Amino acid sequence: MTTDAPARPEPVSQPESDRYWEGAKNGELWLQRDTATGEYQFYPRAFSLATPGGELEWVKASGNATLHTFGIVHVPPHPAFMGEVPYITAIVELAEGPKMAANIVGVDPEPENLSIGMALKVVFTKISDDCTLPNFTPA
Amino acid sequence: MPNLNRLRALSGQSAIVGVAESDQIGNVPDKSPLAHHAEAAINALDDAGLALSDVDGLMTAGWSTLDVGEYLGIHPRFTDSTSVGGSSFVIHIAHAIAAIQAGYCEVALITHGQAGRNDRARAGANLGTPQSQYETPYGIIGPPVSYSMACRRYMHQYGEDRTREAMANIAVSTRKWANMNEKAYFYDRPATFDDYHESRWISWPFHLLDCCLVTDAGAAIVVTTAERAKDCAKGGVGILGAAEGHDHSMISQMPDLTRAFGRNTGQQALDMAGVSHSDLDLMMIYDSFTYTVLVSLENLGFCGPGEGPDLVANQRTAPGGDFPVNTSGGGLSYTHPGMYGIFTVVEAVRQLRGEAGERQLDDCNLAIAHGTGGQLSSTGTVILAAP
Repeated sequence: MTTDAPARPEPVSQPESDRYWEGAKNGELWLQRDTATGEYQFYPRAFSLATPGGELEWVKASGNATLHTFGIVHVPPHPAFMGEVPYITAIVELAEGPKMAANIVGVDPEPENLSIGMALKVVFTKISDDCTLPNFTPA
Repeated sequence: MPNLNRLRALSGQSAIVGVAESDQIGNVPDKSPLAHHAEAAINALDDAGLALSDVDGLMTAGWSTLDVGEYLGIHPRFTDSTSVGGSSFVIHIAHAIAAIQAGYCEVALITHGQAGRNDRARAGANLGTPQSQYETPYGIIGPPVSYSMACRRYMHQYGEDRTREAMANIAVSTRKWANMNEKAYFYDRPATFDDYHESRWISWPFHLLDCCLVTDAGAAIVVTTAERAKDCAKGGVGILGAAEGHDHSMISQMPDLTRAFGRNTGQQALDMAGVSHSDLDLMMIYDSFTYTVLVSLENLGFCGPGEGPDLVANQRTAPGGDFPVNTSGGGLSYTHPGMYGIFTVVEAVRQLRGEAGERQLDDCNLAIAHGTGGQLSSTGTVILAAP
């Protein structure tokens, strides 16, 4: 990133997502799971989608995922990403079931380097003292 | 679930009696967004032979009806600021029918105005939303990034080359229509298949010519009862069907990247209208991107999943083709100020009235207008009939 670029937009954690963002800061991906059905949900919510009124528990995820789709951004959609283009955006399917957005890192941003369905593993990218993002790289 | 019997009873009971853009659209440095709202509102009411003092229902998106109502100096008795992206103004038509037929108002005004190129204000991010936590930090910001990922999934499922060819067909066809519309941003600029394929990458797999314009523009629609429409300046374009809905906000949470909510709103609007796909003479399909048209036509049921490339092949959608799509030049080549959906209705009404000049279709009696908003999140679909 160039020194002139504004800071990257950071998430403002909400009470139901504190556990998620604290986990990321520690290099861990945490998900909510319904205690009755065992279903995982993303993103963190104050209630269970599977069993509204039921109970949720926090579980450390395996970090394994597959690539559901991707794009390669050439024109920065925000000034903070001027020094980042081209970069890979993706939707990944976690081994636990839910889908989430992330960047694919550790790969040159060319379409031929990526294939849908490829195995990925979570890595963590510190973007500031306050924020670390879960990202994915080929397994 | 929607009660189809009750909806069918509403079919044709309300009509669009006025449509208009703001005075200038395109690159308009000296007009605020609210100026576009007001100009379009006054022009659309003039088109209907009505005045601001006749308006008792107000609908808008992007702005609150509080701001628009105050700016216009009106005191509506029915108010709706439903704002679910660029589809909102098509959705407002369903709300107008409901409000008018229930008796909450008699003349509903739907306004839009955005200075997409020249707005002096810049919207701030709402940092508490899920999107601002789970997508924005990754640079997944704005429609080109999110729609391009949906398009890449479609290519994976149905073939990259034939998808690309379909996108090129849509880009070129839409530009041909724009070259027949003097209000279009690209009225004077043709585009070839080579221009499409050689245009730069915005967010792969989207070329520049896969992406809509960013313009300054406003538009407005006036809706009233079929009865009162008879006394309006140009009669009424009957609203035979209208449907709305959404199934996610963030692109990463979309249930199926190749199946947007039009899979529901298309059939519901057609069922309410009591017509079928083959009855339609004009398809106005929100084209935020070429891919949006491709996937919307499939979702609406004009063909099966993955068959869209055959449907739009060989310039069938272009002037002279047998499946006319986006005859104004669309968001790709006519105007797209940010939330374009209202303009699909403006063009449909003009074609149904026979007012489309050089680009006028022969025998245009029935049209579908379909809006998509957010990150392929919401859709609104209406079926409209010639006066």
